[in-house]
Amino acid sequence: MLRGDLLTVPQPDLVCQDLTKDFDSFRAVDHVSFDVPQGSFFSILGPSGCGKTTLLRMIAGFQSPTGGDLRIKGKSMIGVPPNKRPVSMVFQHLALFPTMNIGDNVGFGLRQRGVAKAEIKTRVGEVLERVGLPGVSARRVDQLSGGQKQRVAIARCMVLEPDVLLLDEPLGALDLKLREHMKVEMKSLQAAFNTTFVYITHDQSEALVMSDNIAVMNNGRFEQIGTPHEVYHAPSTAFVAGFVGEANKVTAKVSAMRGQHVKLISDAGTEMIVDTPQTGLDVGTWAEVFLRPEIIALGPANDDEGMNVQLGTVESVLFNGANSTVTVKDKTGSLMNVALPQTGAFANLRKGDAVVTHWDPRHARCYPVGS
Amino acid sequence: MVSDTSRLGFYLLLAPILLWLVLLIILPHVGLFVVSISEKIGPREYETGFDNYAAFFTEPLYWRTFARTAIMSILATALTLILGFPIAYYIAKLTRGRTKTTLFLMCMIPFWVSELVRTFGWMILLRETGVFSNVLQYLGVVSGPVEMLYNDAAIMVGLVYTSILFMVVPLVTTLDSLDDSLIEAGYDLGGTSTSILREIVIPHAMPGIVSGCIVVFMLSLGNYLTPILLGGKDSLWFTGMIYTQFITRFNWELGSAFGFLLLALSSFVVFLGLKLSGQSLSETMGRS
Amino acid sequence: MIPTVPQPAFAKWCYRAYVTAFFVYLALPLTVVCVFAFNNSVFPALPWEGFTLAWFFGTEAPYIGVFNERAILRSIGTSAFVAMWVSGLAVAVGTCNAFLFVRHDFRGKALLYMLMLLPLIIPGVILGISILVFSSSLANTLEDATGLWFDGLRPGLILVILGQFSFITTFATLVISARLQKFDPSLEEAALNLGASKWGAIRQITLPFLLPAIVASAVVSVLMSFENFNTTLMLVGSDSPLTITMFDKLKQGATPVLNAVSLLLIIVSAVLGLMSLLFQSRKQDQV
Repeated sequence: MLRGDLLTVPQPDLVCQDLTKDFDSFRAVDHVSFDVPQGSFFSILGPSGCGKTTLLRMIAGFQSPTGGDLRIKGKSMIGVPPNKRPVSMVFQHLALFPTMNIGDNVGFGLRQRGVAKAEIKTRVGEVLERVGLPGVSARRVDQLSGGQKQRVAIARCMVLEPDVLLLDEPLGALDLKLREHMKVEMKSLQAAFNTTFVYITHDQSEALVMSDNIAVMNNGRFEQIGTPHEVYHAPSTAFVAGFVGEANKVTAKVSAMRGQHVKLISDAGTEMIVDTPQTGLDVGTWAEVFLRPEIIALGPANDDEGMNVQLGTVESVLFNGANSTVTVKDKTGSLMNVALPQTGAFANLRKGDAVVTHWDPRHARCYPVGS
Repeated sequence: MVSDTSRLGFYLLLAPILLWLVLLIILPHVGLFVVSISEKIGPREYETGFDNYAAFFTEPLYWRTFARTAIMSILATALTLILGFPIAYYIAKLTRGRTKTTLFLMCMIPFWVSELVRTFGWMILLRETGVFSNVLQYLGVVSGPVEMLYNDAAIMVGLVYTSILFMVVPLVTTLDSLDDSLIEAGYDLGGTSTSILREIVIPHAMPGIVSGCIVVFMLSLGNYLTPILLGGKDSLWFTGMIYTQFITRFNWELGSAFGFLLLALSSFVVFLGLKLSGQSLSETMGRS
Repeated sequence: MIPTVPQPAFAKWCYRAYVTAFFVYLALPLTVVCVFAFNNSVFPALPWEGFTLAWFFGTEAPYIGVFNERAILRSIGTSAFVAMWVSGLAVAVGTCNAFLFVRHDFRGKALLYMLMLLPLIIPGVILGISILVFSSSLANTLEDATGLWFDGLRPGLILVILGQFSFITTFATLVISARLQKFDPSLEEAALNLGASKWGAIRQITLPFLLPAIVASAVVSVLMSFENFNTTLMLVGSDSPLTITMFDKLKQGATPVLNAVSLLLIIVSAVLGLMSLLFQSRKQDQV
C-alpha cells in the first residue's frame, strides 16, 4: 500500500501479516494474513484444532508469534504484553470474576487505569444500560442467567473502549434456543458499539448469521476469506464447500471437458455434468463434486426434464420442519440428501417411492482431488 | 416413609459415632472443665471455685508464657503463609502434569515422617557441634563453634517446617481451581501482576488461606516437641507447662485449667478466622 | 504469573531460585538424619569418621545396632500393635459415619457433622489430658463403688489407642465420605432390581467401590498413629510406643542408633504414604 492511499482508504483496525506460530514440531498457525476494517464483524470459522484459538490468543497477547507481524491501528503489537494492548477479549467461559459483583467486574479495567471512583460508577452504569442490563451492579455473578452473563462479559470489555474486541466462542456454553437469540443480539450490540469484533467459532451458522466477513481456517491456514454469501455459495476449496453448510460429496473421474462443461463418472458409475470455472481438472483426473441438498430438485418418476436426471427410490424421510430432507438411493446404490420443497409438494413421500432427482450443472461445485 | 429395617440400620449407624463423640470427646472435655474448677482442700477433698484460673492470672510466669505461645504461634502462621503461598502458586499454576505431581510429592514426603525425626534433623543441623556450625567454621565465617539451638529463632524454624505442608496443600487445592482464563482476563483488562494478585488470586484463594492458617495456628499452639527440643528447657511453651502440671507436679486441677485456657484460645481463633472470612467449619475443614 | 503471560526473565529466575531454596529447606533435615546413620562415631555430628553399618547391625557396645537394641525393637512392636487397633477401629467407625452422613437425613445432622470435625481443631495435648482426666475419674468412681481394679482406664495402651482413635476417625470419615459421595446410588438400585438383598447390594456393589478409600484411609491411619506424639505422651503407661522411646533417648543425648531408626521410619513412611496416594489415584481412574 502506498503512503498516499492512507489518506483516502481508512486504515484497517487489525492487520495480520504472515503470522506464524510453531509449537515444538507442530505448526499451529501457518502464514496467516488478513485485515479487518474498522467497525466490522470478522469471524474465523474452523473445526477444533485448526489453530483459530491460537490465532486469537496471539492477537490478545497470550501467545507470542514465531513469525510475522500483527498491527492494531497501525502499531505493531509484537512484544507488547496483554495488559498494554488496546484489545479486549470475551473468554470462552466468559471468565467473570466470581469473587466480585457485577459492578466490580465491569469496573475492573477502569480501576486498573486509575479512573476516579465516581466516574467508574457512572461509566459502569452507562455500559450496563447499553447492553440492556440497567441496575444489576450489586448482583453476584451467579445470580445472572447465561444470556445476561454474556452481556456483562461484553460490557466489561466495552467499557474500556477497545479498538478490537476478541470473542472466543462465547456462545458455546449456551443452550440452543438462547444461542439463536444471542446471535442476533451479538450482531446488534456490535452495530450499536460500532467496534471491530473478531469472533472465532466452529459453528458455521453463528459465523454466517453475524459476520461481515468470514475466514475459513483449516490446519493453521486460511482457506478462504469472504462475505458469508461468498463463502456459502462460492467456496474456493473443497474444504470450505464441505465445512460450510450441508453438501453431498461425490468422488468422480473426469471423462470429458468442453470449456467450463465437465463430464464426470462417479466411482459408483453415475454420470454427471458440472459447470465449473475450477482449474486443475483434466480428463482422467479425480475430482470431488459438492451438491447442496437445496439445489437438487425432486420430480415424479416419469419426469425427465432438466439435466443430471437420475431415477431413484426414497430411502428415508427426515422430517425437520423447514429443514426436512429425503435420502434418495439411485440405481447404483449411492445415497443423496435432497431438501424437501417448502411447498408441501412431496409431503406424502414414503420410503420406497420412486422419484427422479435433477440438478443444474451451474450449482454444483467441483474440485480436483488433493487440492 | 421409612421402613423398620432401615430405621434399625439408621440407629446401628448412629451408635458408633455417638459412642465415639460422647465418650471420647464431649464427656472428657466436660470432665476437664469440672476438674479445672475444683480446688484441692485436703486429701481427696475438693470444692468448686475458680482459684486455678485466678492462679493463672496472678502468676506472671503463667500468663506471660500463654501470651508468648499465642504470639509466637501467630508469627509462625504468618511466616508459613508468606513462605508457603509462592510455593503453592508455583505448583498450582506454573507446573503441569508430571512435574506438578513430583513437586507435590516432594512436599508431602517430609510430612509422612514423624515430627520427632524432623525435629531431630534440625537438632543435628543447628546445635553447637552441628552441621551449620561446622560449615561456618570451615568457611572461616566464625572462629569457634556457634550454638544455634535453644533460642526463639530455632523454635520458629522448626514450627514453620513442621506446619508448612498444612498451608501448602489447601492453597494448592484452591489455586488449582482458579481458572487460568480469570487471570488472563485480568491482564486483558489492563491489570498488573500486583493488582491481579490482590483482586483476583487472593480473594479466590481465601478459603484455602483461612483453612491453612487455622490448621497451622492450631498445630503451633498445641505443639510440644518442637519448642521443647529446639527451644530447650526454658522454651516457655504453654503445652510444656501443661505437661509439667500433669506429669511432674501432679497438679491436675491447675493443669486442667491451663488446658481449658489453651482450648479456649484455639477455639476463639478458629471462630474468629471463620467469621472474618465468612465461612463455616464444615466447608473449611471438610476440604483438607 | 501464568505461562501464557510474558514476564521478565529476571523475575522468573528469582522465582525458580526461591522454589529451589524451599525444596532444599524441606530436604535438609531428613537428609542429615539419614546420612549420619552411617557415621562411624558415637555422636550424630561432624566430623565424618567413615562409613559404617554398625548402627543397624552392630552387637558390641557402644555400637549396638537397631536390630539388636531391645528397647527400640519392643517399642516398634508396641507401636505396630497400637497402629493396627487404631486403624481398624477408625476405618470401621469411619465407614459407618460415611454411610450415616451421605445416605441419611436426620434432625441435628449438621450439628453432628460439626461435632465430628471438632477433633481436628482440638490440640492433641488437650485431647490427651481430657481423656486422661475423664478415664481416671471414671476409674476412681468405679473402684470406690465396686472395690475392683480397673487398670484399663489408667494410663496405658488402651488409653493410647482410644486417644489416637478419637481424632484419626475424623480423617477416615472424611476420606471415605468423599468417595461414597461419588457413588451413583442407581448402581445399588440396579442390584436390588436384579434381585439382590439390601445388605447383599451394599456388600457386592458399594463396598467394593469404597475399597480404595478404605485401604487409603487405613494406611493413613497407621501412619498417623505411628508418628503421633502429643496425645500419646499424655496417655502412655509403662509400654511406650516408638516415638515416646525415641523422645526419651533424645533427651538423654542421641546416638546414631536414633538416626538408623529414623532412616527406617522415613523409608517406611514414604512407602506407606506413596501407597495411600496410589490407591487414591486408582480410585480416580475408576470414576
